[in-house]
Formats: sequence, C-alpha cells, structure tokens
Amino acid sequence: MTTLLEFKQVSKQYGADTRALSNVNFTVKQGEFVSIIGPSGAGKSTLLRCINRMIDASGGEIMFEDSNIMGLNKRGLKQLRSQIGMVFQHYNLVDRLSVIENVLHGRLGYKSTLEGVLGLYSKEEKRRAYTILKTLGLEEQIYKRCDQLSGGQKQRVGIARALVQDPKMLLCDEPIASLDPNASIIIMNHLRDICTTMGITVIVNLHQVEVALKYSDRILGVNKGSVIYDGPPAGIKREQLTRIYGSEIEEHIGELEKQHAG
Amino acid sequence: MQDNFFARKRINTLLFCFLMLVITMVSIIATDYDVIRGFTSIPKAAEWAFGNFYPNEKALSRLPDIVNSLIETLLVSIASTIVAAIFALLFAIAGSHTTGMGGLISWISRSIATLFRNIDVAAWSMILLLSFGQNVLTGYFALFFGSFGFLTRAFTESIDEVSNSSVEALRATGAGYWSIIAHSVIPSSIPQLLSWILFMIETNIRQATLIGILTGTGIGFLFSLYYKSLNYNSASMVVIVIVCAIIVIESVSNYVRKVIM
Repeated sequence: MTTLLEFKQVSKQYGADTRALSNVNFTVKQGEFVSIIGPSGAGKSTLLRCINRMIDASGGEIMFEDSNIMGLNKRGLKQLRSQIGMVFQHYNLVDRLSVIENVLHGRLGYKSTLEGVLGLYSKEEKRRAYTILKTLGLEEQIYKRCDQLSGGQKQRVGIARALVQDPKMLLCDEPIASLDPNASIIIMNHLRDICTTMGITVIVNLHQVEVALKYSDRILGVNKGSVIYDGPPAGIKREQLTRIYGSEIEEHIGELEKQHAG
Repeated sequence: MQDNFFARKRINTLLFCFLMLVITMVSIIATDYDVIRGFTSIPKAAEWAFGNFYPNEKALSRLPDIVNSLIETLLVSIASTIVAAIFALLFAIAGSHTTGMGGLISWISRSIATLFRNIDVAAWSMILLLSFGQNVLTGYFALFFGSFGFLTRAFTESIDEVSNSSVEALRATGAGYWSIIAHSVIPSSIPQLLSWILFMIETNIRQATLIGILTGTGIGFLFSLYYKSLNYNSASMVVIVIVCAIIVIESVSNYVRKVIM
C-alpha cells in the first residue's frame, strides 16, 4: 500500500508560549483506519486540522500524496481541501437548509466562483448525493430541513457531505462525542464501512479508547502535543495508556478492562 | 470567605441604589422640577385633550390629504430601509469576524458603520437640511444613513452569532469565499436579517413622522401645520391615522416574523 500522508517534524505554536504540537512524525497509508487518542487539550484537534490546513502548522513538512502542502497557494489549497472530507463533532450543517442541499455543499470545492454562488450542481452530482444518502439510510429525510433531524441523522448528513466530495481521505473530529451509544455505533460502523469498501483513508479523533481499539487499524496516542504511541490496537496495554493519559488514566482503564473481559 | 462574598454583593447593590437616588435628587433640584405638580397636572392635560383633541366632520373631509401624505411617509421609510439594508449587508459581511476579510477592510467598514450609527437620525436631517433644503430627499437620506449604521451593526452580530460552525465546514470542503457567503452565511442568518429589517421599517415610520416636521414633508409636516394653525381637530385626525398605520404595520411584520422563523 502506498503512503498517502506523512508528517515530518511538524510543530504548531500558538502565541509565544503555547505549544500545541511538537515534532510530530507519522505516516498514514492509503485505505488505513487511524484513530488519534489522548486527553483533552493534547493537540488532537490541531493535528487533524493541520492536514487540510484549517490550521497552519508553524514548522516541519506535511506531505499529502508526495507533495508538501505547507507551501500551497490559494488554488492548490482549494484543490487539496476538495480531496479531503471533514466530519465534525457538532455536525456543522446549515440547519435551515434541507438535507440534500447540505450534502451538495460538499461539491462547492469543485466549482468556479459563479457556479458556486449560484449553486449550479449537475444532474450527475445530484444523483450521486442521492445514492450516498440512500446508502447511509437517509432516503426518507432527503427534503427535510436539518433542524428536524436527530443527532445521529445529522452526523450521517455530515458524512454524506464529506463523501460527495469523492475524497481520498476523511478527517473526523470527535464524530461521536455528542451522540448517544446507539447512534455512536451506527456512525462508527458507517465510517469503518467507508474505509473497508470504498478504500477511503479515515483518520478519527476519539475520546473513547474502547471504540478506538475496536474499529482502528492503527492507533496514534497523543499527549502534550507529542505522539507517544504509534502502532496497532493490540499493542495498547495499561502501561501505554498510562503514558498517553497521565493522571486521567483511571476512567479509561476501566473501559479497557471491561472490553478485555467482554 | 463565602459570607464575605454575599455581604459584598449586598453592599454593592445598596451603593448602586443610593447613587441613583442621589442623582435623581440632584437633577430634581437643579431643574426646579416640582414632582407633585408634575403628576397632578396629568388629569388636567387629559381633560384638555378630551375637550379639544378629537376629530370632527371638517377633519374627516381632510382624510384623503392625510392618507396621501401618510403613504408618502410610509414609502420613504420603506425605501430608505431597504436600500440601507443592502448596503448594510455588504458592510456587515466585510466587517464580521466570521466572514470578514480581516485587517484593514474589516476595520474600515466597522468604523464607517459606527460613525453613521452614532449620529442620530434627527441630527442627520438637520445636517442634510443644509444641503438638500426642505425636501423629501432630506428625510430619505437622513433615514438611510441612520438605518445603515444601525443595520450594519445588527447584521454583523447576527452573522457572527449564527454561522460560525457551518462556515468552518464549507471552508474545509474547499468552497470559495462567495460560495460560503451564499450557501452558509446568508441562509443561516436570513430570519434574523429580515427581522431586523422589519424592526427598522417600524422604527423608521415613527422617526419619519418627526423628521417630516423638520423637513416640511409627509404626514409630520401636515401635523405641525394643523397644530400651529390651532386646528386641533385635524391634528388629532393625523395622530389617529398614524397610530392605525403603526398598528397595522406592526401586526403585518409580526406575522411575517412568525412565518419565516
């Protein structure tokens, strides 16, 4: 499998003395399902947003498909972002618009200014959006306004918006943090499915260790802006969790043991 | 520690009340205002109003004139608000934190809006009176400038409040600046924007009446004309017509608000 994404000595500095990321190195292969775990404020969100330059890293190199994305101009950036889908904790939909309109927003990255402003989508794009919604089980909600949906449904709309981009990679920032357990399972199953059947690389920020271990091919453990662990889920034991989570450890260990028992 | 906290809060409240009382007393003494006489004169005023301030038959025959100038006033207020809203939207987009281009442009557009907002409509009409004279245009521009300043501020806040998260999502898809405005910012904030415009139209109709007295146009002018010629019956007719118009406009805009929300 080929390497899709590579971080080389990436760091991010906020202001004079807040260091969100320091010397981060890792690679992600095409078609991998990678989870980033770590305590709150460890830099998970910053790390994810550096990939599509929603946040600009302050040092190092980020290679996406063998080209350095740090030096992209406006046009290159637009092209990069159109190839990377993003899913958010709070869904970030336009609540007053319908499901289908929100999904089609995913195509705006491919439009010229005029086409984009007028919202001129081709028949092909609309059909594609419809198919994706159908796969995600939202066929009946297509013309509903997004503020009438449940949290789990909204998140599926968020995923559909990312998928309609035909992305090479999906970035998910705490996709299940605001959802109930049932909806969380549905969302995680969809994400896993997208990775396995469509071959799209998925990178997920997660709070729940047991979910990360269950679904991922690989785990990145982050603490205080550094990657502490980079390896398969099987390698995560009590000792590794202590290093990743420090003093917050107890609540997460409970989860781990529950899973080993079950 | 905890006791101290509540005690301090109570002392602050007491101090504030005492301060207000002192300011009120000083103002009353400084202006020679007789509180008791002020209140006892209210029944007398009402008595006079019932005796003189009612429409009679002659006033009723003036109704077409009154309605005509009312329509003029209404149209001027609506036109100035709508045009001001268009300009305000552009300035609000440029000045907002979510959508602003940042830096100098944002600062300039916010400063212009602040300048226009802080000059009252009445002040605007006096300034413009010098250049346009007693003319409908004077009232129109006075309302336009006042509404522009206010609406820019209101729009900026609505945009900032509403559209932060979906703007981030659309930026992440690679959508361009104007696409984000058209598909995220405007759709999310449109109910608030319309609501502000309706509010501004209502306010402007009230303001326009007063400005009309200054600029010698519209229904305000008619009122001051009747009033100054001691024709209280016709003047009261004007007041009744204005009140009716405002009630109608307000209920229409309340209805529209309910539908769009």
